[in-house]
Amino acid sequence: MAQKQYETVIGLEVHVELATKTKIFCSCSTEFGGEPNTHTCPVCTGMPGSLPVLNKQVVEYAMAVGLATNCEITQYNRFDRKNYFYPDNPQNYQISQLYLPICRNGYVEIETEDGKKKIGIHEIHMEEDAGKLVHDPWEDCSFVDFNRSGVPLIEIVSEPDMRSAEEVIAYLEKLRMTIQYLGASDCKLQEGSMRADVNLSVREVGASEFGTRTEMKNLNSFKAIARAIEGERERQIELIEEGQPVIQETRRWDDNKEYSYAMRSKEDAQDYRYFPEPDLAPVIISQKWIDIVQAKQPEFREAKMTRYQEEFGLPEYDTEIITSYKHLADLFEAAEAICHKPKEVSNWIMGETMRLAKEYELEPEKISFSPEHLAKIIEMVDAGEINRKVAKNVFQKVFTENVDPEEYVEKNGLKSVSDEGALRGVIEEIVAKNPQSVEDYRAGKKKAMGFLVGQTMKAMQGKADPAIVNQILKEILEG
Amino acid sequence: MANIISDETIEYVGILAKLELSEEEKEQAKQDMGKMLDYIDKLNELNTEKVEPMTHIFPVMNVFREDIVENGDQREEMLSNAPEQKNGAYMVPQTVE
Repeated sequence: MAQKQYETVIGLEVHVELATKTKIFCSCSTEFGGEPNTHTCPVCTGMPGSLPVLNKQVVEYAMAVGLATNCEITQYNRFDRKNYFYPDNPQNYQISQLYLPICRNGYVEIETEDGKKKIGIHEIHMEEDAGKLVHDPWEDCSFVDFNRSGVPLIEIVSEPDMRSAEEVIAYLEKLRMTIQYLGASDCKLQEGSMRADVNLSVREVGASEFGTRTEMKNLNSFKAIARAIEGERERQIELIEEGQPVIQETRRWDDNKEYSYAMRSKEDAQDYRYFPEPDLAPVIISQKWIDIVQAKQPEFREAKMTRYQEEFGLPEYDTEIITSYKHLADLFEAAEAICHKPKEVSNWIMGETMRLAKEYELEPEKISFSPEHLAKIIEMVDAGEINRKVAKNVFQKVFTENVDPEEYVEKNGLKSVSDEGALRGVIEEIVAKNPQSVEDYRAGKKKAMGFLVGQTMKAMQGKADPAIVNQILKEILEG
Repeated sequence: MANIISDETIEYVGILAKLELSEEEKEQAKQDMGKMLDYIDKLNELNTEKVEPMTHIFPVMNVFREDIVENGDQREEMLSNAPEQKNGAYMVPQTVE
């Protein structure tokens, strides 16, 4: 009997913490990492009688993400209460949007092996985050920190349009970059500002009905997501082949054990008893408001890649790398505007910048040197004031301490010696000391010249202008 | 009374509301819920065909705050409401996922 072919069907629910300064319904700070409960007030701790007031910026970020993902913006919005009991939620309900989400029917395009593919976005809605629970391993209790309670979230619900882990990751990367370009969130999976729940089912290739799906939570890296998808696909196929039913349930992925566990039992039915939130007034979004938000949309990655190729003649490969984070693209544009050497700037970003970021384990968004300083290094190399080797060392100082390269070169005496007279003396000495190399060169071993250049650079402590050294050496050897 | 609440319903509502009810309390709650639903059923006597569903009792909309931090650290005051606290956090019975 021929083995059955299965297809994986995946939809994603992605929660993104918005980059507002204050919470969604109160003016407490959203800053990450504060002492427990120092960013709390009666509203975000659910005190009776406290009333929420909506943060306008939350609506605008949600609209901006919706417009960037080709959604329709709902003109008549309201919020709903989702009721559940858990200690991370002091109100005993979460304010969310069930019936009238702010964005609907959108899509993003991802690159796949077979070309471009559209992933549908079912809806995007606004809601509030819950507090954080820390479990005490020694005592029989848990601790609650409400600093995160009320931090604004958008939940982006995709259509079940993805068929592999690769497509899921391409979709998440696409969302991450779009939202980062908007400045609506920093989208860090590890820190929880972007969280993905994976809905997955399998079916025989060619089947028209979807299989029973499960939802997987606790996925906090792209690698964990890829492994969880593989693991769950295999688990479901095994059940089907054994003739057992797949149960619709929520499962928690354990990345260490590479296995998922059912989180909720059947008796613990999920019945959130949603109803319209009576403490918040409806939100009416006019076409004029949509137009204002639309007009403020930034240039997105694809547009930048095309423009960099056309305007600056950069290879596609370069544009792909330097636009992969908005911060890198900003650095590129700022440095290019000063020195007008796009390819040089691109090379410094792709090469030394990325290398040092890796070495210092720094996320690209956290790179903090000024673009003026990179532009200055490029100009100094171009003017022959420093050679490339010195430039790399100076750049490392710029990267780590953001030093002014001109001052640094001056203070440490790193300027290239391009004074011919001074160089000629040193080179003549080296030529005299290395008769063998001179003989080799004259006998046709052109490589010997490299050795003599090296010796000169060493004697000059790396500060000689290599072009002039080459020129003088050639004169002496061939003269 | 037109609405009769079954034992299963009152059991389920009890679970959702995290309430432990005695047999007498269950009987009382069944009576009360039935009466409440009867009362709400009165609305069905009205013709609401051309009435838009109401989401808010006042005709207000677009009530917003600007995104400016105004609240400072009110931890002591907030925690003073907690039955138990430790190291600046609320203490609750162990929760297991």
